[in-house]
Amino acid sequence: MGTSTLHELSLTQNLIESAEEHARRENANVITSVTIEIGALSGVMPEAVEFAFEACTKDTLAEGATLEIRRIPALGRCQQCSQECAMESLLDGCSACGSYALDILKGQEMALIELEID
Amino acid sequence: MCTDCGCAPPQPEHDHKHDHASRKIRVEENLLAKNQRLAMGNRANFAAYQLFVLNLVSSPGSGKTSILERTLTDLKGKISFSVLEGDQQTDNDAERIAATGVPVKQVNTGAGCHLDAHMVGHGVEDFDLTATDILMIENVGNLVCPASFDLGEDHKVAVLSVTEGEDKPLKYPQMFQAADLMLINKTDLLPYLRFDVEQCKAFARQVNPQLKIIELSCHSGEGVTEWYDWLKAGVASKQRVASST
Ligand SMILES: Nc1nc2c(ncn2[C@@H]2O[C@H](COP(=O)(O)OP(=O)(O)OP(=O)(O)O)[C@@H](O)[C@H]2O)c(=O)[nH]1
Ligand SMILES: [Mg+2]
Ligand SMILES: [Zn+2]
Ligand SMILES: [Zn+2]
Ligand SMILES: [Zn+2]
Repeated sequence: MGTSTLHELSLTQNLIESAEEHARRENANVITSVTIEIGALSGVMPEAVEFAFEACTKDTLAEGATLEIRRIPALGRCQQCSQECAMESLLDGCSACGSYALDILKGQEMALIELEID
Repeated sequence: MCTDCGCAPPQPEHDHKHDHASRKIRVEENLLAKNQRLAMGNRANFAAYQLFVLNLVSSPGSGKTSILERTLTDLKGKISFSVLEGDQQTDNDAERIAATGVPVKQVNTGAGCHLDAHMVGHGVEDFDLTATDILMIENVGNLVCPASFDLGEDHKVAVLSVTEGEDKPLKYPQMFQAADLMLINKTDLLPYLRFDVEQCKAFARQVNPQLKIIELSCHSGEGVTEWYDWLKAGVASKQRVASST
C-alpha cells in the first residue's frame, strides 16, 4: 500500500543521513557498504527499503553503496506464564498457554549496524 | 532556529581528500532513535506545563476532526485546549477547529505520511502552553507509520468508525498495540450496517489486552460523556502530579 512505501522512503532518508553523519565524523570520502537490521515486527518492508535506498543515495556519500539487510526474527515473552516464544506477527499468542498478552523482546527494531567507508 | 533538534544549517565541510584505507565502522544505532530523543524532549517540555497530550490516529475519515469539533465545543469553559493539525495538503481541518475558537496550528507534512517529534516540537512554539490543559494532536489519516513515531504524547488514541471493517485491529496491529484508548465512532450508523461491535472489541483486545475502549457518536452525542470523563481524569492526573511536587 502507498503509505507504507512513503514510510520506508522517509525512514531510508533518515538512514542515509545518519550514515553520512557517521562517515563524515571518520573523514570518509565514500560509503561503500551499509548494513542494517529490520525486525520482523517493525512494520518496515525490507523490499521497499531496498528500492528506496537506490533512489535516496544519489548525490550522497553512499551513492553506489551496497545495502545488506539482516532480517531479525521476533521474540516475545508471555505476561501470564513467562514463556518465551517466536512470533511471526503481533497477533500471535503464547505457544504455551495461548494468552495474547506478550511483551515483545525483539523484532521491532530498524537499526543501522555497520558501514564500510573509504 | 533550533539548537536541540539539529535543524540548523550543516557546518561547511572540508573538501581535501583523505588517504584512508577502506575500513568498517560499527554504528548500532536505532533509526527511530533520533525521533525518540526529540520525543523525550517534547515530553519533558509538556510535563513542565502539566499538559495532557493526546495523539489521535485513524484511517482517513474515521472522524478525528469531528470528534475534536464536538469535544472542543462541549467542553468550552471547562477544559482549555490547543490543537495541532497534521495534514498532507489542505488546511480544511485546521479551519474547522479554528471555527470553534480554540487555538490551532496546521503542520503540513507535505509528502510525509506521518507527523514526527521534530514537527510537533516546532508546531507548539506559538501556543500559550501555560494556559492549556490538553494538547490534541491530529495525526495524518494513516494507520501504518504514525504507530512508529512517538511525538511525546501521553497516549495514542486510535479512532475506528463502524463503517470500517471490525477486523481493522488485526490488519493494523502495530497501531492498536501502540494505542491506550480506542474510540469506536459513528455508532449512530449501527442500525444501518452489519458491524459487530463485540467482535471488533475482541479483535482489538487480542492485539492489546490493556486497551480501553469507548463507543461514541459525535453526531448523536451518544457515549461522549464517557470520553469527556476520561479526558477530565487525564487532566486531573497531571494537576495531582503538579501539586504533589
Ligand atoms: N454518521 C456519522 N458521521 C460521522 C461521525 N463522525 C464523523 N462523521 C462523518 O465522517 C466524515 C469524516 O469525518 P472527519 O472528522 O473529517 O474525519 P477525519 O478522521 O478527521 O478525516 P481525515 O482528517 O481526512 O483523516 C465526515 O463526513 C463526518 O461528518 C459520526 O459520529 N456519525
Ligand atoms: Mg481530519
Ligand atoms: Zn510515514
Ligand atoms: Zn503463556
Ligand atoms: Zn528543528
